[in-house]
Amino acid sequence: MQKTLDNRAWFLVLPVVLLVAFNAFIPLMTVVNYSVQDIYDSTHRAFVGADWYRDMLHNHRLYRALVRQFVFSGLVLLIEVPLGVAIALTMPKKDGWATSLTLVLVALPLLIPWNVIGTIWVVFLRPDIGLLGHFIDHTLGIHFDYPTVPMQAWISVMLMEVWHWTSLVVLLAYAGLRAIPDAYYQAAHIDGASAWAVFRYIQLPKMRGVLTIAILLRFMDSFLIYTEPFVLTGGGPGDSTTFLSIYLVKLAIGQFDVGRAGAFSIIYFMIVLAFSYVFYQALQRVGTGETK
Amino acid sequence: MKFHTRHLGLIVYLVILLLPIYWMLNMSLRDNNDIMSQLAFYPHRPTFHNYVQILTDPSWYMGYVNSFAYVSINTVISLAVALPAAYAFSRYRFLGDKHLFFWLLTNRMAPAAVFLLPVFQLYSALGLIDTHIAVALAHTLFNVPLAVWILEGFMSGVPKEIDETAFIDGYSLPRFFLTVFIPLIRAGVGVTAFFCFMFSWVELLFARTLTITAAKPIAAVMTRTVSASGLDWGLLSAAGIFTIVPGALVIYFVRNYIAKGFALGRV
Repeated sequence: MQKTLDNRAWFLVLPVVLLVAFNAFIPLMTVVNYSVQDIYDSTHRAFVGADWYRDMLHNHRLYRALVRQFVFSGLVLLIEVPLGVAIALTMPKKDGWATSLTLVLVALPLLIPWNVIGTIWVVFLRPDIGLLGHFIDHTLGIHFDYPTVPMQAWISVMLMEVWHWTSLVVLLAYAGLRAIPDAYYQAAHIDGASAWAVFRYIQLPKMRGVLTIAILLRFMDSFLIYTEPFVLTGGGPGDSTTFLSIYLVKLAIGQFDVGRAGAFSIIYFMIVLAFSYVFYQALQRVGTGETK
Repeated sequence: MKFHTRHLGLIVYLVILLLPIYWMLNMSLRDNNDIMSQLAFYPHRPTFHNYVQILTDPSWYMGYVNSFAYVSINTVISLAVALPAAYAFSRYRFLGDKHLFFWLLTNRMAPAAVFLLPVFQLYSALGLIDTHIAVALAHTLFNVPLAVWILEGFMSGVPKEIDETAFIDGYSLPRFFLTVFIPLIRAGVGVTAFFCFMFSWVELLFARTLTITAAKPIAAVMTRTVSASGLDWGLLSAAGIFTIVPGALVIYFVRNYIAKGFALGRV
């Protein structure tokens, strides 16, 4: 669309700018303020320059949390995206009660408060009272104690994450599939195309836009994950499920080490910002690709 | 409807999706001694005691009232400021528009953990701690950028000729916007309201940090069963089930718009 050049449009965006600046800019500057000072108490503080940053960049716990975070987000994408697309392909194509019911059920996990998600899985995984925990521990005979065994804690967190968020990929992929005109399928039918060919040459290319969004949204949100693993494992056993946000909250609220936490926050935010930029560029490209 | 084998995969997925929720429902209908004494696939002696306790104790049910209060305030504020801004982004070029749009989006990606402490101090300084408005305002951090983003997508789908014709007919911008334009994109407004509701409803970190007792959300009230002597699994489960109900109702009402909203690629 041809847009008119008119700087008075600033008056329309001003409320948003003021509101978001209040919520984001002031707190961010506070964090910057923390990150360059050593604060002893409310009256004694000293400017320390980049010391906290140097300190955090040599912090092994931070590096381990970062590696853990990337492994986690990578696994999330590898599991949820193919699974979500596969589920979307099995969903009914015509409107009707079956479609409505499926949509409501699939979307359900997305609307449960995040700590309740954690609680649901705590209840589900307990070896004494939980269905899955009991099944693994008693029926399969594998000693199951996820709060003390790191590998089991990881699997539990992954399971919960896949259960919680695959629905988002399903809904996005389903929306993409529904937008494909019937004529494409009819043409493929006349050509005698196999189901795989239909998927590879019609459905997958047509889903490119929504899948880009799905991949990037899942990456970003899994990168910021806090509440669900905190409720399920508390970041443990040891540090084994301590992701970046959990480590940051431990540092800032738990130890009240605001200098280090401030520097960590800025580094964390920079990483997120870099990915946001890639995200934004990819979206812009998808946007122009569709209008061509 | 013909039954295909592919439907079997879907049914298996739905069963796996519902199993943990069913298990919580099962727990919520039993009392704690019953839960601890044996594993049962369904409640042998179903009791609504846990639900009755939540519905009759103000310290429990006020949690739901508080959650609804700040979620509603947040949705109204987010829509009110995002509608004009989205219109500006979809219709006009202005100084720094692209940078501004990107800056707004980065706040959707901002880690809540980064802002937690400074946001607490900011709202303390303003004397807003433990009010509904504090949580509603804090949640605009991620909901306003999201609302602008979704609405801009819907607005760009409306031809500009409609605006131009209306202005020639002598409509002022506010009158045109309220009486012609908003009714045109009401599906978009509905989808946006849905997502604002959803993200504000599920968020806990800000909601818990900014409240003490008077505005405490239900999700935070739930943690107190953990700190009490032992854990009352039945009560905890009943409270959890109650938090799922509003979400299920909201999805039911917008089910036909969800796919449309996602198809625009703006979530």
